[in-house]
Formats: sequence, C-alpha cells, structure tokens
Amino acid sequence: MSEKVLMKGNEAFCEAAIRGGCRFYVGYPITPQSEIPEYMSHEMPKRGGTFVQSESELGSINISYGIACAGGNVFVSSASPGIALMQEGMSFACSAEVPIVILNVSRSGPGIGGIQPAQADYFQVTRGGGNGDYKIPVFAPSTMQEAIDIIYNSFEIADQLRNPVIILADGMMGQMMEPVVLPEEKQPYKTEAEITKYKPWALTGTKNKDHRNRIVSYWAKPEELEHHIIHLFEKYAKAEKELVRYETIGAEDPEIVFVAFGTMARIVAEVIEILNNEGIKAGMIRPISLWPFPKAPFEALSPEKTKVVISTELSMGQLLADVENSVQGRIPTRLINRVGGIVPTTNEILERAKKILGELK
Amino acid sequence: MSQTKMFFSGSGGQGVLLMGKMIAYAAMADGKEVTFLPSYGAEMRGGTANCTVIVSDKPISSPLIHTADVLVVMNLPSLTKFESMVDPDKYLFINSSMIDKKATRDDIKAVYVDAYGIAEKIGENRGANMVMLGAVAQTTNVVTIDGIIRAMEHELTGKKAKFLAGNIKALTSWQP
Repeated sequence: MSEKVLMKGNEAFCEAAIRGGCRFYVGYPITPQSEIPEYMSHEMPKRGGTFVQSESELGSINISYGIACAGGNVFVSSASPGIALMQEGMSFACSAEVPIVILNVSRSGPGIGGIQPAQADYFQVTRGGGNGDYKIPVFAPSTMQEAIDIIYNSFEIADQLRNPVIILADGMMGQMMEPVVLPEEKQPYKTEAEITKYKPWALTGTKNKDHRNRIVSYWAKPEELEHHIIHLFEKYAKAEKELVRYETIGAEDPEIVFVAFGTMARIVAEVIEILNNEGIKAGMIRPISLWPFPKAPFEALSPEKTKVVISTELSMGQLLADVENSVQGRIPTRLINRVGGIVPTTNEILERAKKILGELK
Repeated sequence: MSQTKMFFSGSGGQGVLLMGKMIAYAAMADGKEVTFLPSYGAEMRGGTANCTVIVSDKPISSPLIHTADVLVVMNLPSLTKFESMVDPDKYLFINSSMIDKKATRDDIKAVYVDAYGIAEKIGENRGANMVMLGAVAQTTNVVTIDGIIRAMEHELTGKKAKFLAGNIKALTSWQP
C-alpha cells in the first residue's frame, strides 16, 4: 500500500483520474475547479496524456465526444453553469453510447450562483438537462478518499456501460486538503493499437479489419429510434441493479433517519453521534450513487420504529423528492436545508431535528 | 477522544495558509487524522485569508468549525472578527507586533507573540508566520516542533529548499 499524502481536493481528483486510466483531459476554467485544468495542463503531457483547453464548455464536451468515439479515455470537469452548457453534448454521448467521465465541482445557483458549497445541481445531474430519454450514473463522494476511489473506477464503469458517468462534488471538497492514499496507476491501453482490445466498438480505422465500426446518434425512422431507446433502457435497468451504492450509519431501528450525501453527510454524521449519545436513536442513509438512487435502505425501514425520515440537503428539497419517492408515504418525511452556499452547523441541524421530532410526538 | 480545532487568520501574504498546512503535514506524519480547509472566494490582495485545521485521533466528520480550541490572529481585523470563536479556557494567539490591542475576554488563554519583532531580530524578516507557528506548537502541543521540521523537510524541496534553514530558525526562535 502506498503512503498517505496530503492533497488539495481538486488535485487529488486529477491524480485519481490519471491513475484510473485517463489519457485525455478537456476543460475550461471555472471556480471552484480551476485547479483541475491547471494541474492537468502540467501533468497530462508528462504522463503520456493529452491536455486540451477548449474555447468553451460546449467545446469541452464535444471534443470529448470525438475523443470518446475514437476510444480515448477522456475526462472533463466543470462547475454548475459550465455543466449546464455541456448537457446537450451529454445527451448526444448517451445516444451514441460513448463513455466520458465528467466531474462537477458544483457551485450554488440558479444563474451564476456562488462558489460556496451547494447541492442544488441534484436535479441537473440526476434528471438530465439534455434532451430526450437518457440516464447518466451519478456518484457523490463525501470524503476525499472516497472521491479518489470513485473517480479511479469511473473510467471502467463508463466503458462497461458505454455511457457517460458523472461525479458530483462541491467547492469545499475541491479546496480542502485531507490525507489520502493514491491508488496504483493502471493503464488500460498503452498504445492506440491496443484500444480495440478494450473498446472493440471504437472508431480506430478500418486497417486490418473486415468490417467498419459505426457510431450512430441519428435514427431517422421512428421504429428504429424506439428500438434504440428501448435498448438504452435495458442497459439502464441493468445499471440500476449494479451501480447502486450507499452507506447506512448510526443506530439499529432508528427513531429518526437522516438522508444526506457529499459534504452534508459529514455534518450529519456528527449530528447522529450527538443524538445517539443523548439517547435518541438516530441513523443516516447516505446515497453514494444519486442515480441509481438507493431504494433498498428505505424499504428496510419500519414505520413502527422510525418516526421520521429527514432529507438534509443544500438545496430546496431536490433530494427530498427522491426520498419521498423511496419512502412511498410509509413514514413521514421532512426537510432540513440551507441554500445559497450556507452550510448549516451541527447545532442548527440538531435543534431543527429535535423540533421536528417534538412536533410528531 | 482528542480533537483540536484550529483557526488561523490574517491578511493575504502573511503566510496564514502555510501555518495551517505545516500543522496539517506534521499531524499527518504523526499518524493523526487531519483536515485543512482554506477560505476561498472572491479574494483580493491585502484582503483577509484564513484556514481551518482539525487534528484528531479518530476520523473527522465535518471539516467546518464554529468554535476553536486554538485561534491565531495575525492582524487586528482578525482579532475583532474571530475572538468570540475561542472556546472558554482555550488559546488565542495574538501577533503583538501588528496588533496593539489586548484580548477583550478573560475566560481564555491569550498568548502575545511579537512575531515580526522576533523574526527581524534573528534576521528572518519573512519568517514571522513560522515564529508564530513555533509558539503555537510549543504552547499547545498539538504537534511537535520536530514534527513540523520533518514536514518542512518534506515540503520544502527543489526550488524551495533554500528556504528550509531560515524557516527552521524562525520556528525555533520563540521562547515562552
């Protein structure tokens, strides 16, 4: 095992990508993730990769689309409004079935928003944004080490699914430093010729081949398009089973269950410790995959034991929508949130949770 | 459970972030859990800079703090703004070379460090932050002076290697 190093989040994200097999990075600066293009600009050429600063986020995603068609392992990053610009391209990549790993070090919003931690891109990343019927797996790490492990594995997930994958972080994760263990560098392919072994569908030229690979994003006949969409959704159904990630922490048979991801989950973990010390049985469901959303831990809750499920988030009830969808009315649900870049204190969450518990009794 | 929440504040250019980073590196080398969170935002030259460092024996849930066990202020606006953060009986380090005011609270341990004065005396004009860091380490024992020196040796390499000796000199210059 390699030794622990202290790294800034944005730089650790880059290392995880490079070590996970990223060969191309395409980006455009935007706070709070500008250290990513900066780091990639000096690291990618040194490590045998390619760095491209595009002219805009539209450029980033469409250059990536082209690289991905040719079989390159490609990584793009941006922050909320930049991701919004990329979503047209993401829809195309889903339709054409090409893998791209996308990192959103999110800002608050709407509009230009702010650069402090927020989770208001929840719908943006889980519900599309681009046109048409498509899905993109979304992973939301809560510690630096988890972010590294997720980014490291994302290239394989994207390849296997032949679909983009999104990682959702926030400015606090991008800027903070925490000790991490970096994984070993893996190189799925060393030369262009080896790409076909890993991505037999990629457009690597017809030389020595008895067929032409085709990547198609346009189906003229409705019957063909319907057939294609059904195929995509068979793939997504499989992903829904295989890519669900979550963690449950806290007391057995909790009286109060918090649901939180990313930065919020770290604060809620402290709240749970305090509540449990005070004799209030509290637990947390922490979705790591936001799509597919983990439903099983909600189904396991007993309405006799659990009085309330509280979505604790940095948005106006976006996570709550998935929580309600999963609880299906069996247990009351509530919202504790702050927005605009404000992160609630442990005390604020504690007080609001106790108030909610009091009202329900 | 032992956990120390530290907050370093001053104006941009005073080396506030480096103080926090050195504590973080030293704590990590000692096998402790640590988080380092810098202030970030629309910053400007001469504006404020601060960072939060948590050092703990167990995994740290939240990297954010609202009260501190150790507050280090390098300029007057930081003292005014953050003095109330210090938990009772905990430490407030004041850079007395630039702050001529005293702590307004008497329920905390205030330590006055003539960081710039000492740095100038030993001929390390730019080492005031390391003078302060030495005072913090010696007084609080969050990390050892040796631990910080090892962290410096690890971090100040290549082009920065020439700063190592001066930084160590500054770090060890404060006397209680």
